[in-house]
Amino acid sequence: MAIREKLSGNEAVAVAMKQIEPDVVAAFPITPSTEVPQYFSQFVANGQVDTEFVAVESEHSAMSACIGSQAAGGRTMTATSSNGMALMWEMLYIASSLRLPIVMALVNRALSGPINIHNDHSDSMGARDSGWIQLYSETNQEAYDNFIQAVRIGEHTDVLLPVMVCYDGFITSHAVENIEILEDGEVKDFVGEYEPLHYLLDRERAISLGALDLPSIYFEHKRGQAQAMINAKQVILDVAAEYERLTGRRYGLFEEYMLSDAEVAVVVLNSTAGTTKAVVDKLRSRGIKAGLLKPRVFRPFPYDEIREALGHVKGIAVLDKAEGFSGAGGPLFTEVGSALQGIANVEMTSYIYGLGGRDVTVDHIESVFMDLKDRLADGKGNKITYLGIHE
Amino acid sequence: MTRWHDQSSATYMKLDREGDKKRSWKGEPPGGVILNSGNSKEFSTGDWRAMRPIWLIEKCTQCLLCWPVCPDMAIPVEGGERTDYNYYHCKGCGICVEVCPFDAIDFIREE
Repeated sequence: MAIREKLSGNEAVAVAMKQIEPDVVAAFPITPSTEVPQYFSQFVANGQVDTEFVAVESEHSAMSACIGSQAAGGRTMTATSSNGMALMWEMLYIASSLRLPIVMALVNRALSGPINIHNDHSDSMGARDSGWIQLYSETNQEAYDNFIQAVRIGEHTDVLLPVMVCYDGFITSHAVENIEILEDGEVKDFVGEYEPLHYLLDRERAISLGALDLPSIYFEHKRGQAQAMINAKQVILDVAAEYERLTGRRYGLFEEYMLSDAEVAVVVLNSTAGTTKAVVDKLRSRGIKAGLLKPRVFRPFPYDEIREALGHVKGIAVLDKAEGFSGAGGPLFTEVGSALQGIANVEMTSYIYGLGGRDVTVDHIESVFMDLKDRLADGKGNKITYLGIHE
Repeated sequence: MTRWHDQSSATYMKLDREGDKKRSWKGEPPGGVILNSGNSKEFSTGDWRAMRPIWLIEKCTQCLLCWPVCPDMAIPVEGGERTDYNYYHCKGCGICVEVCPFDAIDFIREE
């Protein structure tokens, strides 16, 4: 029986964490981490969960403790943000290479410097090659739903990879929305008991983890890790189908909004997809065939499916809330471009927007669609546009 | 799911030493986890050796000072007395040679 609640994004994720009741949560208790460990530590202090909460002295230690705990055989979670995750960097790779399905809430915020605490995606985009599955969330509801599904995705024996659930700092993390949450028992039944394939505290079958891996075998282990990421795509869909049966809420690799007959489309992650939907509605009422593709899964990147969904669109603007500094457009732009390679007569353009929390309004998004229309008419336009920059 | 347990780490080590037999990525346990404990003794560290200690049994008094200083497990002790070197593990570090008060250990270049 669904429960109606009013929760901020961070509260929603903390409640999901409470309902999952992992064995261990290890987190840095102050900024740049999020409110999630703060809320969760209250649940621990109040005796509402039986989880071991480990307050560590740094984010590097937070991820290290998560690795130790998950390797020992415990279901383990953490939450962080921006420079907090940057300090975890080394350990992010070790968590994924050791195939430990840790789940992390990542509240997307800008990386310093100059020092900035506001929302953009430079943190998670920087970690896109770290071997973590990345799920993105438009709303508080999606952050809650993704967080619960993440457990099942990561722990699946075809996958065994850590999962980060990303949602926009302040916009989603601190704003309160009406959401539907599940009963505690429904969540516990959905995630089930954690049954690791191998774990360090298994007295019947001792193992070693993290041994030196020389050129004779390291390459093979990386190939296995790559396969796990390839396998994750189907597992994500299977878990989503099961979750839909439980909640009625449908999730896929991405969401298509008015896309099937669209001539011009925006591709954008997280909360700005909501802004874009409002603009699409407005433009549709004026007879403009506008559409949206909102990726939910960025790692593994759904190349074939995105190619299928966008192949018919004439003008595509990919909006990145991270610079990426490739010199050739944002990270989402380059991925979508790879997905569409070889398709003729597609005008694709990269927009960088909202860095360091710069506000992005419906007017900005409408200007993107209008620019796309103009580009289709005269073939002229920028390869990269900095949306809302003060020239 | 249990196929990784079927292969002992001894098999892995053997293949690694032989070098010419390639282990497919498909048979590897996730994360390169090593499934059998206590397998370091299966690793031939003896082939690192540039210098070889020679036990001179006629000079040896069985004082056993050499045995505790060996950083590996290359000086086996049986019935309270040391026996000849375990050259499978001896890396030729020479600490036993240094510590022996009776010059009962020679140290020669490995050929």
